[in-house]
Amino acid sequence: MRPGATARLAGAGMGLDLPLILKEAGLTALVVFALALPLFGFRTVDSAGGLDVAYRFDWVAAAVAVAFVGRALLVAMRTLGGAQRARPGEGLLARAGRAFYRHTTWIGAAAVAFAVLLPLLPFADRYVIDIASYFLIYVMLGWGLNVVVGLAGLLDLGYVAFYAVGAYSYALASLHLGLSFWWSLPLAGALAAGFGILLGFPVLRLRGDYLAIVTLGFGEIIRIILVNWYSFTNGPNGISGIARPSFFGLAFSRSPGPGEVAFHEFFGLDYAPVHRIAFLYYLILGLALVTNLFTLRIRRLPVGRAWEALREDEIACRSLGLNPTNIKLSAFAIGAMFAGFAGSFFATRQGFISPESFTFIESALILSIVVLGGMGSQIGVVIAAFAIVVLPEWFREFQQYRMLVFGAAMVMIMVWRPRGLIAHRDPTVRLHAGGEAGR
Amino acid sequence: MEYFIQQLINGMTLGAIYGLIAIGYTMVYGIIGMINFAHGEVYMIGAFIALIAFILLAKLGLATIPLVLLLVLLVSMGLTAVYGWTVERIAYRPLRGSFRLAPLISAIGMSIALQNYVQVLQGARVKPLQPVIAGGFKLIESSAFTVTLSYLQIVIVVLTLALMAGFSLLIARTPLGRAQRACEQDRVMAALVGVDVDRTISLTFVMGAALAAVAGVMVTLYYGVIDFFIGFLAGIKAFTAAVLGGIGSLPGAMLGGLLIGLVETFWSAYFTIEYKDVAAFAILVLVLIFRPTGLLGRPEVEKV
Repeated sequence: MRPGATARLAGAGMGLDLPLILKEAGLTALVVFALALPLFGFRTVDSAGGLDVAYRFDWVAAAVAVAFVGRALLVAMRTLGGAQRARPGEGLLARAGRAFYRHTTWIGAAAVAFAVLLPLLPFADRYVIDIASYFLIYVMLGWGLNVVVGLAGLLDLGYVAFYAVGAYSYALASLHLGLSFWWSLPLAGALAAGFGILLGFPVLRLRGDYLAIVTLGFGEIIRIILVNWYSFTNGPNGISGIARPSFFGLAFSRSPGPGEVAFHEFFGLDYAPVHRIAFLYYLILGLALVTNLFTLRIRRLPVGRAWEALREDEIACRSLGLNPTNIKLSAFAIGAMFAGFAGSFFATRQGFISPESFTFIESALILSIVVLGGMGSQIGVVIAAFAIVVLPEWFREFQQYRMLVFGAAMVMIMVWRPRGLIAHRDPTVRLHAGGEAGR
Repeated sequence: MEYFIQQLINGMTLGAIYGLIAIGYTMVYGIIGMINFAHGEVYMIGAFIALIAFILLAKLGLATIPLVLLLVLLVSMGLTAVYGWTVERIAYRPLRGSFRLAPLISAIGMSIALQNYVQVLQGARVKPLQPVIAGGFKLIESSAFTVTLSYLQIVIVVLTLALMAGFSLLIARTPLGRAQRACEQDRVMAALVGVDVDRTISLTFVMGAALAAVAGVMVTLYYGVIDFFIGFLAGIKAFTAAVLGGIGSLPGAMLGGLLIGLVETFWSAYFTIEYKDVAAFAILVLVLIFRPTGLLGRPEVEKV
């Protein structure tokens, strides 16, 4: 808010300053009118003689009216309630967040127990388990990116590139080399980590925002190569018929090929397609939990602490003798490795991959999960992934507004709660005994 | 040879468009030290407003081309400037003094939101426009290849040069330009000596958006098709141009834009058109590694 307005609001005290309200509301309405007139008021439509426009002035009127009334109410409320705004950290959400964090261990344990039992619960049909494993992919990606963005403070906008590397390395390895999922998994992780280091080297010297743009460029380069390197990646058509994983050599199919034993035959069960879906679910649950455990433990190690130190102050880090090169590269490599694992899983779950799945929007999606979750908070990522991946499934008819809401939510989170929805960012390790211990 | 000259002309036209967008990045970066990630989207909105204005004027039966062009430019610049102002007001101003990555993340959110806002309102289809300015000179006529310089290309380059000159004067001579340069050097000190910093920053966004709108008008005329996604790539290329020229430098942005336009055109003409976007990204990475200050930029000293 402008300083002048603040002073006048404070001076107005408890009374309603009608001229001020009208002026503020009028100005807002004017701006909204200018914004809405070209894009709300006219809609381009195809017609016989080229492009034509249709009129929608009622939309403009509605937008202006909403803006006027909304702004007037806002100003009136602020005048009545005094000009003081709640200081950050004093709000209900923040207190809820703190309480939440005191009990993270229990909440985490309960969540894991629920996740393990989910396929056995009565309401868990094929669809629910499928969505749950889709959700867990994003949780895992969020946890992986959290290492880079949340812990090391390096804004990576090309994270999806490593996800793509993982997916394609499994798809191609199984297609050309006949490697099984379990052999490809470490390969995919190693390749993705290699790409992470490859990207890391040139960008090490860059500051936060330059780094972001270069990583974005890197992600796009990978995607453009995937689209155009037809002989290797099959271009925009993608790769289909990717081998499904087996349960220690037991295939999930009704009629296994010669020399194979099917899962249901071995255990003497009736064949059910839900077996494979449940197996995939447990697979990604395991992978995600490994990611989480790994991150939680590595935060206590010197390298993990160095990440957080680097995030807070690079110059101080340098002057304490830490080597930013190695620290950043390790963050990039480890984050990329998890994306590689998740990519392999994605390929085997879908059975089909194409460059379409690895666009910038996907990177932005994963980033917004980390940001919403509070950058650095593990459980925050789970909640944010739920909000971003699962909730839209319930509102499928609003599909086209989904990204619009994402974008707006990212802005609003940054403006109101830059530390995330319920998160607070503390160093993992504290010097004083009085502080909260690591979580 | 003729082919080369033709590519040179095309590349310079494209470069002029990139340069105009790059100025918006460079001015904002100079004054508040952040990448306005949503600037590409502001340019896209400028292009849409221009498209709608062209169609409306054609429906009204206005056929005097210079008048149409002038009106569309004014309308698009004015309305897009309101978008630029609003973006700053909503997404960036509340974040001054927040942590380092906050404005950038907010900018990415703004960019996604604006893109989908236009998609929801105007549809995802590619929007074609009938050529408004047609015709041109035939510079060299040979049996193999004819080099043409279209009137539109002349308009684009001349308009860009005029705007460049105008804005350089504005920055160098007017009180507003002085305030901008003061804010660029030291915002707190500028505020102490009576510069309204918030207003100056707002006006910087307004100016950047107006120039992006001009680029939007030009691209609508030049390619004749736009969609809601054009801001993404153009934004990145213009940002590359700004970095290449030296971020914070106005002539640098123009030079960088020209170079990027030329590289892209020649790359598509002589190598492969599929990888032309990789060229821009590769330049960005190389410049940032080997010459982070760009061609005309000042070295930046990081303070504690």
